[in-house]
Amino acid sequence: MPDNAPETRKEAAQRALADVPRVPGAPKPDPILIADGVVRSFGGLTAVDVAHVEVQRGAITALIGPNGAGKTTFFNLLTGFDTPNTGTWLFNGHDLAGVAAFRVARMGMIRTFQLTKALSKMTVMENMRLGATGQKGERLLSSIFGFLWSAQERQVTAKAEELLSRFNMLQKKDDFAGSLSGGQRKLLEMARALMTDPEMVMLDEPMAGVNPALTQSLLQHIKDLREQGMTVLFVEHDMDMVRDISDWVIVMAQGKVIAEGPPDEVMRDEAVIVAYLGGHHDKALTSSGVSFTEEAHG
Amino acid sequence: MDWGYIISVMIVSAFGVEAIVFGLAAIGINMQFGYTGLLNFGQSAFMAVGGYSVAVTVIELGANFWWGVVIAFAVTIVLALLLGIPTLRLRADYLAIVTIAASEIVRLILRSVTFKEIFGGSDGQFSFGADFFALSPLPEDLAFRIGPVVLNERQIFVLIVGWALVFLSCLIVWLLVRSPWGRVLKGIREDEDAVRSLGKNVYLYKMQALVIGGLFGAIGGIIYAVGNEAVSPDFFGTDTTFFAYAILILGGAARVFGPVLGTVIFWAIIQGTDVFLRSAIDIGVPVLSLMTGTQAAVVRFMLVGLGIMLLMIFRPQGILGDRRELALDAR
Repeated sequence: MPDNAPETRKEAAQRALADVPRVPGAPKPDPILIADGVVRSFGGLTAVDVAHVEVQRGAITALIGPNGAGKTTFFNLLTGFDTPNTGTWLFNGHDLAGVAAFRVARMGMIRTFQLTKALSKMTVMENMRLGATGQKGERLLSSIFGFLWSAQERQVTAKAEELLSRFNMLQKKDDFAGSLSGGQRKLLEMARALMTDPEMVMLDEPMAGVNPALTQSLLQHIKDLREQGMTVLFVEHDMDMVRDISDWVIVMAQGKVIAEGPPDEVMRDEAVIVAYLGGHHDKALTSSGVSFTEEAHG
Repeated sequence: MDWGYIISVMIVSAFGVEAIVFGLAAIGINMQFGYTGLLNFGQSAFMAVGGYSVAVTVIELGANFWWGVVIAFAVTIVLALLLGIPTLRLRADYLAIVTIAASEIVRLILRSVTFKEIFGGSDGQFSFGADFFALSPLPEDLAFRIGPVVLNERQIFVLIVGWALVFLSCLIVWLLVRSPWGRVLKGIREDEDAVRSLGKNVYLYKMQALVIGGLFGAIGGIIYAVGNEAVSPDFFGTDTTFFAYAILILGGAARVFGPVLGTVIFWAIIQGTDVFLRSAIDIGVPVLSLMTGTQAAVVRFMLVGLGIMLLMIFRPQGILGDRRELALDAR
């Protein structure tokens, strides 16, 4: 276990974040991602309105919030899959405004999707190979000359096999991705993302639809990403999981960042409780039971 | 009933000029639709560009046939870019709408009175293949018999060149789709956002597939033009595109030889049922002889349609397709 090492990356990340003020938009000692004034509205609805947020390098940061808080939209904006109305955001100091999604990915910020995007009619191995970057055989003119890319293809395959065995999926390599279970698809999507050697991994609800047996191994894989020096930002609803693996938690509600801090402190935060459970708990529960549930879904 | 005649017609049609032309068009659609998931409903426009470029270059510009081929490829690339640039960033249906409209625009321009001087109006253009046939090493009095059907030297030369091009095209498609480049295309077909999230320039790959598929269509158009030594605008209507789709689905999409097998079977059935029904009418077979010959020509398409429906029910992946790949869609 990594806990036996002199100082694990987990300890390093938590030490670095120890003195960060627990306020929304708190500056981090070594931010990999900085977003400023990112606003996205759909017609009259402002889905995302983030004044300032920073993500610490080498840490696991959770992005939580009630349904409709704008977490996934914020993810889409950061990764170039959607364009904000206004705002700037920097990844490793590079301005990402107007940068196409595939270029964001090439810079080292790789995302997964809430609804898993396994490429069903391709085998697990082909899914993995697709993730590899800088393939000569992916250029049209060199693609028809097998000798130009066959050596690289073997390297890519070896790397894919190594990753698949780490994820306990090697025996599935020749199966069609469409025949995998929901949890296995999540694993495949994560393994495929790792084929690109990302600096930062953005996971959109990695636990959604995963059976409990697989949850523990998926959690361990996410912790391993940090130990390998990657930064992880993930969206999740499962609070136990958030408490278990994250070093830092950012809470969004109605498009805004309302709280930040280590998981235990954030979950005691008044603003967070209000956002999740509604603002009526000064009244007797019996008299406001109906509005209580309605607000919880807001 | 003269079965010998029917069978020799089926053989000649299965390997005839039309089988080659539609086979090449379907190979192009296979690249676009089968491997990349692009719905190009305007393949007939690319075929028209091929055929008319050659015809107009020879007749109106007085240039060599081979310049016509070069121009055909250049115009095809321009047309593909023109169709692709505005639509390939959008959802798949936009390309379908734009291409089907563009193919009708191309056909109406070709047959318009305004451009009659250039394209020959609804009559089209004739006799421009001399440079092509000059290459033929075959003796001029060569004739080849299949039953009662006789092929002359020019027809045989077109068939040899045409089938050589079909197999060369298959080889190119095979080389392309087995490569990492082809893997990206298949990924785009499955889910383009997933491919984008892995750092691939999806737009560029879709454009390349559109251009390559269009070029195969243009080669088909050129073979049509030299095979008939004529081009007429109404051949390049939307039904030409849909025949090519029918051929692709029949043979099996996303299979290298799917379009080839599809075109052979399609034309054998189309022409075979035609002569079968006509001779059945001639000898007065009960029920069938209620039709006239003209009606029989339409009925054969109904039969092919019925055949494709049955194929979709019992073997939806086409003849060469892989059922496992298709079954995954059911979830």
